[in-house]
Amino acid sequence: MKITVTDVEYVARLARLELSKAETDLFAGQMDAILGYVEKLNELDTADIRPTSHAVPVENAFREDAVRPSIGVGAALANAPDRVESFYRVPKVIE
Amino acid sequence: MDIFELTIGQLANQLKAGTVSSVEATKAMLERIEAVEPRVGSFITVTPESALAEAEAADRRIAAGDAHMLTGVPLALKDIFLTEGIRTTCGSRILHNFIPPYSATAWERLRGCGSVLLGKLNQDEFAMGSSNESSAFGVTRNPWDITRIPGGSSGGSAAAIAARQATATLGTDTGGSIRQPSSHCGCVGLKPTYGRVSRYGVIAFASSLDQVGPITRDVTDCAIMLGAIAGHDPKDSTSINTPVPDYTAALTGDVKGLKIGLPKEYYIDGLDRDVQAAMDRAIETYRRLGAEFVEISLPHTDYAVATYYLIATAEASSNLARYDGVRFGHRSPQAAGLIDMMTKSRSEGFGAEVKRRIMLGTYALSSGYYDAYYVKAQKVRTLIMGDFTRAFEAVDAILTPVAPTPAFKIGEMVDDPLQMYLSDIFTIPVNLAGTCAMSVPAGFSASGLPIGLQLIGKPFGEETILRAGHAFEQATEWHTRKAEI
Repeated sequence: MKITVTDVEYVARLARLELSKAETDLFAGQMDAILGYVEKLNELDTADIRPTSHAVPVENAFREDAVRPSIGVGAALANAPDRVESFYRVPKVIE
Repeated sequence: MDIFELTIGQLANQLKAGTVSSVEATKAMLERIEAVEPRVGSFITVTPESALAEAEAADRRIAAGDAHMLTGVPLALKDIFLTEGIRTTCGSRILHNFIPPYSATAWERLRGCGSVLLGKLNQDEFAMGSSNESSAFGVTRNPWDITRIPGGSSGGSAAAIAARQATATLGTDTGGSIRQPSSHCGCVGLKPTYGRVSRYGVIAFASSLDQVGPITRDVTDCAIMLGAIAGHDPKDSTSINTPVPDYTAALTGDVKGLKIGLPKEYYIDGLDRDVQAAMDRAIETYRRLGAEFVEISLPHTDYAVATYYLIATAEASSNLARYDGVRFGHRSPQAAGLIDMMTKSRSEGFGAEVKRRIMLGTYALSSGYYDAYYVKAQKVRTLIMGDFTRAFEAVDAILTPVAPTPAFKIGEMVDDPLQMYLSDIFTIPVNLAGTCAMSVPAGFSASGLPIGLQLIGKPFGEETILRAGHAFEQATEWHTRKAEI
């Protein structure tokens, strides 16, 4: 299936990426080549094959529900691009 | 011999004997970094002040008789490992100002041994790449030929070992990112079994594939490093709770009767002539040492790259959703609203390779394509794992090339991502199967570029491949050659 510029623009919106015209054109060609290549997986009949999400069995890891030290608000917010007191500040959402 | 030339084993002996101090070793390394860094570009951040303070503490620990093999040994880490109080960028502009509030378990364990951190090493952005050309902090060059790539994504880690800028380093391997740069730079690099080493505090690329491992001068150092970082970590739900063996005890030098598989799908037309010659010599060496060879088949090898680039990009698109400019990292100053801020921050912060992979992953996970791409790839992953399970019923280890060619020229593949992706064809299946593999120096091309062999082991079969790698190393001298830089 041919990947079009429209497809790339749609996926970029989903991924919260803003692409220039040159990037959109470039990615359309490259994604088309790569997704064309991965079509080779359709040569394999996998109807009765179970999918593998992890090479090892992954189970929920529970720990005791107990109070323990944490890094604290100051350290947690130390990398914030913008903050007010104990909060991250972001542009206004509600008009 | 200069201090910066010493292996972990050699330096540990000198530190214990008191013929050199950790402060002296650390200063020697820092001087070496300063001398060669303009030509190599291995580091993103060098930490001389904290390194010397750690070295002083290590000297006190050695004097008190409480030393581990790694006490006082100067190390460096790929910039994907969180290091408390030390900038960690993951090679990306979006994290150019990020100072982690905690450290990765792998580094905590090395620090617990008394190791000294020299700094953070260059890498492909978010570990996406095979050449170290996608870093926002510039290209790292191969110390054997600075017109060539060192490999990726742990290219800075391998180049730093080849250029003698650290005694040992840590990298991460999602599709070959420890083994391929190790091969291209003449180092030993080990990707442990998935779950053997904690990924806590390691910036995630593709969570079901990423694994932490050492890059070192020789196999003995590799065993020492693995022993220090391996083991269960309750902070990582994918960490496996099985005992950690003494990996150095596995280095017996004996491979008599070891059954080694040669997968016919790896020895193909188009394999570089020098790489093929190195493999032929390696097989002959192992035969002389008493190993037995068996031809095996890994029939789904040809589907591994396609499978990998669907699974890895899908997981990456999910993992990298956290970079939204809200809590940390780059925030665009010119946004009109919340969504615009996130979009602009990501667009300004990510480089081309990362954007391309996020786009591919988002596409593969999007409505209507999830089953056709992502689930299909997960099913083929099951087939690839089955190939290895069947192969290991007949053999103890598998011997293959690490990469189809020696290191290529900087810029040679930048415009052809598919061709770049195909250069990982021999390493990717191991990540999909979750088992362990190691790159060991096995020769040089006619133009003087290192070539590595790959030993693939059973799940948790690190001892076997370390033993086989060590035996090969004892019988050859490839690992003793030095890059003139």
